[in-house]
Amino acid sequence: MSANKTSAMDPARRRFLQDAARGTAGCAVAGMGLMWMVQDARALPERAIRPPGALPEADFLASCIRCGLCVRDCPYDTLVLAELGVDGAATGTPFFDARDIPCEMCDDIPCVVACPTGALDKGLTDIDDARMGLAVLIDQETCLNALGLRCDVCYRVCPLIDEAITLERRHNENSGHHAIFMPTVHSDKCTGCGKCEKSCVLPGEAAIKVLPIRTARAQSAEHYRLGWEENTPLVDEIIDLPDRLPGPGTDNLAAPGGFEPAGAFEPTFKLPTAGGAGQ
Amino acid sequence: MSVKTALPVGHEAIRDKGLFLAHKYLILRRLSQAFFLCLFLLGPWFGIWWVKGNLSGSLTFDVLPLTDPFILLQGIVAGHRPEMTAILGATIVATVYALIGGRVYCSWVCPINAVTDAAAWAHRRLDLPKGWQPKRETRFYVLGMVLVVSTLTGAIAWEVVNPISMLHRGLIFGVGFAWTFVVAVFLFDLFVSRRGWCSHICPVGAFYGLLGRKSLLRVSAEKRAACDDCMDCFAVCPELQVITPALRGNDGDIPLILSPDCTNCGRCIDVCSVDVFHFTHRFDNTPAPGRARAKPKANKKIGKAA
Repeated sequence: MSANKTSAMDPARRRFLQDAARGTAGCAVAGMGLMWMVQDARALPERAIRPPGALPEADFLASCIRCGLCVRDCPYDTLVLAELGVDGAATGTPFFDARDIPCEMCDDIPCVVACPTGALDKGLTDIDDARMGLAVLIDQETCLNALGLRCDVCYRVCPLIDEAITLERRHNENSGHHAIFMPTVHSDKCTGCGKCEKSCVLPGEAAIKVLPIRTARAQSAEHYRLGWEENTPLVDEIIDLPDRLPGPGTDNLAAPGGFEPAGAFEPTFKLPTAGGAGQ
Repeated sequence: MSVKTALPVGHEAIRDKGLFLAHKYLILRRLSQAFFLCLFLLGPWFGIWWVKGNLSGSLTFDVLPLTDPFILLQGIVAGHRPEMTAILGATIVATVYALIGGRVYCSWVCPINAVTDAAAWAHRRLDLPKGWQPKRETRFYVLGMVLVVSTLTGAIAWEVVNPISMLHRGLIFGVGFAWTFVVAVFLFDLFVSRRGWCSHICPVGAFYGLLGRKSLLRVSAEKRAACDDCMDCFAVCPELQVITPALRGNDGDIPLILSPDCTNCGRCIDVCSVDVFHFTHRFDNTPAPGRARAKPKANKKIGKAA
């Protein structure tokens, strides 16, 4: 029955259909393998920071033709093309390792100018607007400043000193009477150039690292309202809450820092004075 | 077939024309391939930055942008709208190859050509079976597949595996383990499939072949009447199906090799001791008598087998 059908079909047509089916099936198999490899190539390591102006990774792999012109025009040899099986980033795409050579944030941004396809966005004209990544003080146990010493190197080398990195003073619980000058990165200013990571004085890994934005930032919780950032009061009509005054009728028995009206309160029992024996 | 078929390939050509003339276009092609590679290497090796970049995209003398049109096409179907520089560069490259000859890229520029030619040479010397020979259209299926995968993944798909850019970029920017792709192509061509990569699989060659469908530079079998059936041209040609229509044509046929598969490598010109072939342009309609054929049917059979 099927033999009749096949013999009824024009042999040329039959052969064409067979060849087309073979070719399509073969390409489907090979194509699935290729798709898997392309998806695999998207796994950009945390250490690999894209050049300034780089499109988001999903768009970057559609736009970067891996010509290396950004690498050639980088005056500090910061950028390199990823080598297969060595660097982890998609083969032949540009990146830099901030601990190795950071971005020097050239004013004329030659890498962006060199890019022929727009994988590095020509809209970036002020290098301070670049967001290559975000510096994060990732190891607060070994950072010298976090330990209460005055290293300050990451803060000093930051091209946007006192804007992208500030030193926030806080009490040093370890000694009880010193301060800790905590290097603090501000995401609205940090370009991710990596000069802080490069210059961290710790041997081996840096305590402060540039991470890709996708790793470094969480999405803000939109449904929480930050009262101190809002001009309108939380509740209409109420612009302030009543302050509690220390003093009689409250629980500050010894009234430290509070006021104590004369004669109003006299403890009946007084601690015995030791007469200097224990002093 | 004639008695001469049994002789080693190129034997008569070397005897009659000398070693150099029997390899003239081969030597010129190697020089051309080395020239294009060295242009890119002048910068990183000697600090002479005439040409920056690689075959995927480059900038020459800081004014001439060139972009591989196939890579840019993949980027476009992947959803990227390229800048004018890349579009201009791709247009220049596409126009040049469409005019001269699409697959001139394959035989005169592509760095993988030396690898697959070496594999083909070793294949001939070791007298290995031709192995898996997929249909000639396979490369167009692969070309379509690459564009589909680029569209679906939103990424330039072929650059993940392309041995051409792996090798070329590797030599210029640092190779990593990309050399494994080059070795794979060599071994594939040597043991799995004779002339398998460039003549059956490579979608880049397929793309440039389509570009050069109407290109000018053509090989003509003008003196086909002198052919003595030594079969050496079929032995050296990477796309041997292109020879038959020209060489075995009848008196009235124009003896041009018009197939877009022809890479214009010129090996047939080299290896022919009676100088049947020569380079010309596609509008060359010099009449060429066909061969005097004793047994046309037998000849037809040879053509098909080739």
